[in-house]
Amino acid sequence: MDMKASKKKLGLKEKYAHMTRGLDWETTYQPKEKVFPQATFEGIKVHDWDKWEDPFRLTMDSYWKYQAEKERKLYAVLDAFAQNNGHLGITDARYLSAIKLFLTGISPLEYVAHRGFAAAGRNFPGVGPRVACLMQSIDEVRHAQTQIHALSNYNKFYEGFHAGATHQIERLWYLSVPKSFFDDAFSAGPFEWMIAIGFSFEYVLTNLLFVPFMSGAAYNGDMATVTFGFSAQSDEARHMTLGLECIKFMLEQDPDNLPIVQKWIDKWAWRGIRVLSLVSTMLDYMLPKRVMSWKEAWEIYFEQNGGALFNDLAKYGIKVPDCIAQCTVDKEHQSHQLWLTLCTHSHAMGLHTWLPNAEEMDWLSAKYPNTFDKYYRPRFDQLRELADKGERFYANTLPMLCQVCQIPMLFTEPDDPTKICYRESDYQGEKYHTCSDGCKHIFDDEPEKYIQAWLPVHQVYMGNCWPEGTDPTAEGFNPLAKYLEWCHIDIGKDGGDYEGSSDQANFAAWRGAATQNT
Amino acid sequence: MAVTALYDYQYPAADTQDKFHGNQLLYVGWDDHFMFAAPLAFVLPPSSKFSELVENTLTFAFGRHPEWAKIDFSKVVWLKSGQPFVPEMDKTLAEQGLRHKDVLRLQTPGLNGNGTYF
Repeated sequence: MDMKASKKKLGLKEKYAHMTRGLDWETTYQPKEKVFPQATFEGIKVHDWDKWEDPFRLTMDSYWKYQAEKERKLYAVLDAFAQNNGHLGITDARYLSAIKLFLTGISPLEYVAHRGFAAAGRNFPGVGPRVACLMQSIDEVRHAQTQIHALSNYNKFYEGFHAGATHQIERLWYLSVPKSFFDDAFSAGPFEWMIAIGFSFEYVLTNLLFVPFMSGAAYNGDMATVTFGFSAQSDEARHMTLGLECIKFMLEQDPDNLPIVQKWIDKWAWRGIRVLSLVSTMLDYMLPKRVMSWKEAWEIYFEQNGGALFNDLAKYGIKVPDCIAQCTVDKEHQSHQLWLTLCTHSHAMGLHTWLPNAEEMDWLSAKYPNTFDKYYRPRFDQLRELADKGERFYANTLPMLCQVCQIPMLFTEPDDPTKICYRESDYQGEKYHTCSDGCKHIFDDEPEKYIQAWLPVHQVYMGNCWPEGTDPTAEGFNPLAKYLEWCHIDIGKDGGDYEGSSDQANFAAWRGAATQNT
Repeated sequence: MAVTALYDYQYPAADTQDKFHGNQLLYVGWDDHFMFAAPLAFVLPPSSKFSELVENTLTFAFGRHPEWAKIDFSKVVWLKSGQPFVPEMDKTLAEQGLRHKDVLRLQTPGLNGNGTYF
């Protein structure tokens, strides 16, 4: 007997309406503002949540289907990578420093992003953004998980991968930079979170993170990371759209929202750029086979693409963030200043650094004709001279940190690259130091927030960063060794110079065994 | 300007002097010497003499630089929070008004890594 279908399948549009907008409800025994207290305190005025448009019109059932397919492909490649000793296909084990920085500094942020978007989804009264935030929240936890899985193959063979995503993000001095960035965003309201992470980080700055990381992986033979990148790419496209939709929605809902949104864009552009300055060292120093310079990446992905975006937002009255003038100066200097800092502190880090060789310095001269030979080559030459004498220099005293971005105070004055930029503020009888006008401005706007900063250097000096039971008055007490132990760093293996490291020796021996008979 | 919050937002500062076991923080940067990538943070008793700061603490931290030994401390310029500061070597930090988290910059005219700022 023929079955008669009573009704044809729902069209995409109908399905979307039922499975997103149809899931909304009205409160009955509590007033709506008590159920959604976070939706109003930031001052953003919303008159009609139904005006939220989700360009992807993705429903939860399709979402699961797409993601499951991507997972199957990713894990098939990861298995093949592991079984074929894929780790021996990379250009050079120096490359792994970039991957260690990513695993320890970025993957934990994916997890915080997961929590943050879950909270935003809970706190927005509108059903459109709520569903979109829910999907992004699940994406982010998937990214944390798949990054850890993709990179865990390297953990079987190389140093420095063992504790990054767990203990170190809470403890290591340079990881407090990305951690505090996300803590700052997460402790704001849901709208600021969306500008901070959804718009500034995922839209304006995302290419500056993913291009170095993904193209760097492709150029350097890291199939595991490339595959992860492909698996995350369609998610990232969705995240960018959500960030952009959110900002347009806020600006279209009420003209009073403009100054609030502009303030957040100014703040989070600078916060994001400071965090990504760590990535500048990946492009200019860590990748054995280079993709492009940081300056070139900045010009393409920020100045050109970002410029087009801000032209588009100009119709709402949005202006390009004030910090751009400073960034135009910094793009010539920051990777060099940071790598010099990392090179002189890597005895207290979970990854290796090295002094660039002659060919690499010539590449840097060509990419940075205005600054590298004038300011930075002589410093590398002198560090090399010390290293060749067996006196590789590492700083023996902890650096002063910026109260806001938490990076050591290594950046220079906008008009003089030979002078450290010092800025300070007084608040309730205490002094607070910042590395730049951008960070000082952020501090002065919300000092109540930043006076609570967990600055690793100060915490070490308070005696809060040693393993339980440590007696700092015992004879021969070595504070640095105890601090690194507390950070789960294997001293002498995880950090220091790549020259002479076990990573270098092992990679040479294993690759030798794979390509030669003796 | 105050932080925008859902409630009265008041939290104590994380780094006040009482948390440093009787010591204070002092930051010192040596201008024109990027062998030391950033100014350094020190934790010291307020009763330290300035001479002890220079001869012990700073010499330990900066002494690896070949120019450290060449400094004539009668000719250097000190800045505190960017303003000229004339330290008295035999007075303590507290006696000359160096407070918790003050920042000093040491300028050594003529010494700049032979023009390399290293």
